[in-house]
Amino acid sequence: MKWTRRLAKHTIEGLFTLSGGVTSLVVFLIIAFLFREGFGLFRSPAVERGYGLCVHAENAVPTLDAGQVKRIFDGEITDWKEVGGRPGAIVPFRVDDLFTGGGAMDDDPASVIPRVEALIARTPGIIAFLHADYLPGTKIARHLSLGNITPSDFFTGREWQPAASPSPRFGALPLILGTLLVSLAAILLALPLGIGAAIYLSELAGARMRAWMKPTIELLAGIPSVVYGFFGLVVLAPLIQKTFDLPVGESALTGSLVLAIMALPTIITLAEDATRGVPRAQREASLALGATRWQTICRVVLPGASSGIAAATVLGIGRAVGETMAVLMVTGNAAVLPRSLLEPVRTIPATIAAELGEAPAGGAHYRALFLLGCILFAVTMAINLTAELMTARSRPKNI
Amino acid sequence: MISRKTKQRVAFTTFRLLGLAVVAILGWILGFIIYRGAGAINWEFLTTFPRKGMTDGGILPAIVGTLYLVLGSLAIAFPVGVMSGIYMREYLGDRWLARVIRVMTNNLGGIPSIVFGLFGMALFVRAFGFGDSILAGSCTLALLVLPLIIRSTEEALRAIPDDHRAGSRALGAGKLETILRVTLPVAMPNIITGLILSVGRVSGETAPILFTAVAYSMPKLPSGILDQVMALPYHLYVIATSGTDIAGARPKAYGTALVLVIIVLAVNLLATATRACIGKKTKRD
Repeated sequence: MKWTRRLAKHTIEGLFTLSGGVTSLVVFLIIAFLFREGFGLFRSPAVERGYGLCVHAENAVPTLDAGQVKRIFDGEITDWKEVGGRPGAIVPFRVDDLFTGGGAMDDDPASVIPRVEALIARTPGIIAFLHADYLPGTKIARHLSLGNITPSDFFTGREWQPAASPSPRFGALPLILGTLLVSLAAILLALPLGIGAAIYLSELAGARMRAWMKPTIELLAGIPSVVYGFFGLVVLAPLIQKTFDLPVGESALTGSLVLAIMALPTIITLAEDATRGVPRAQREASLALGATRWQTICRVVLPGASSGIAAATVLGIGRAVGETMAVLMVTGNAAVLPRSLLEPVRTIPATIAAELGEAPAGGAHYRALFLLGCILFAVTMAINLTAELMTARSRPKNI
Repeated sequence: MISRKTKQRVAFTTFRLLGLAVVAILGWILGFIIYRGAGAINWEFLTTFPRKGMTDGGILPAIVGTLYLVLGSLAIAFPVGVMSGIYMREYLGDRWLARVIRVMTNNLGGIPSIVFGLFGMALFVRAFGFGDSILAGSCTLALLVLPLIIRSTEEALRAIPDDHRAGSRALGAGKLETILRVTLPVAMPNIITGLILSVGRVSGETAPILFTAVAYSMPKLPSGILDQVMALPYHLYVIATSGTDIAGARPKAYGTALVLVIIVLAVNLLATATRACIGKKTKRD
């Protein structure tokens, strides 16, 4: 063999090997990038980056947490007594207030700080939210540190208000529960239909019907999720609004219906594979003992295919959990704890899709969205591995 | 007591109805989109720019953008995916490493598309500095369809009997020669079917390109791979949910949805046709 040909051979085979590692590399890179950005959230201060909070130097309040600060600035807490200080009215102040009264538009710190200091000195009840450049000296004002955002803020927090100022709220609980609610409802709707259709397809349908239905189901799988979302938006949402007499048709139920339709191909295809995997000998043995075809399906085929059907269910949930566009378009996107299926909810993927465009790169909001991505990644990864184990276990038994 | 026969009849009727219900749902969705969208589609719709806040004009830039994204992503994913499939099937066989890679590939295929969007934004848009561009969007979409292409390549190669390989080796051909001259050409039609299906997948995805490639509106067609583009699925999303005159844009939304559906229908028909074609050929052999 000439050396050029040998070189070509080694190059090509080297390329094959490299390509073989690409998917593993991508999975590792996804983990690295997602988790690095996501867990950066817990290194982000609870107050907006570049800003600070201070109170009058003689204010006795020990510390505040981010939730209290938010409620103070929302006007829900009005007395220092309520947060552990001496009784006295709270006067929330933002630096913008200095510039609104038609006063000087001079924003040079050298001229702003004295004005802020004077204001704080004569207002004992003040809590001031200021740009870091404008923070006054510690003799006049005591700086409050809210610390960093903690995992419990994120995972158990009930408020998702990333744009709240001075302290944005990143409580993911409503989003996590919203995702679970919509996905589980979807799978409950899709399972009877999907498994029924799979049994029909594998046990009852004639060859011609099968040849016709299989591509149909593939087609259902091929329709883009925006088209499903659009269909849900213009057909299902008004339908549900009318049926249940709701103020808006965009609700968890609408999302579940759309997701159920979208999960059907996954469930049908996998469940059908599982039922067809039950050996012919077992069916024939059952029929030979005098069982009807229905009894055979019930007592032989379904138990034999149960792990495959379970895997189909799990993968169906996985698809529903990760689905973005369709859900974004039909669930109404209210980031509140879901109370019923008929209210608007917001799921994790929909939140990422709706907000990433507005979140400044590297900020707390951006990181919180990446952390949501981590949750999504971890959950779907676990679901896929579980399904893989289930099918792997069922295989040797069936052969 | 209900007789066994009656029970069976009831059960079978139920399943038959459930099976037909699935077909009916598909028929409902397709029928609705086609019925409403057909009126919106004409030559002008396909060949002009949107006007008057998306309520008038056509979707040319979105079609062109989607075309670029499809070409770009498949130009990356196809060679890499086919080579990866060859490596897994022909070089690793059923060794543990092949199983690990297979698990990884399956996992990659199961990751939600929005996570690809996040990753693409972090890696291609920011770390590599591609910005929001055709390049960044194509790379992200390429990662998304890679598992599909790898799997179809692997399956296509698996379907080839080992006699072919053994025969070639017995005639003195090397391993690589056997792959390039014997196995790959025979497997190619099936691999192409996988490629066609990937086109359908890529052209309909929105979430991965949301933050890596798309623009709400573009005054002219993109001139290079670092330009932003409009894309059909994103266009449908924005005109269906936002904008100043959602009701006014509805006919255009139906039209856009129909164009997307037609792409998917065409892709599926083409794939079925290729498969049928292969079926005939192998029977003749």
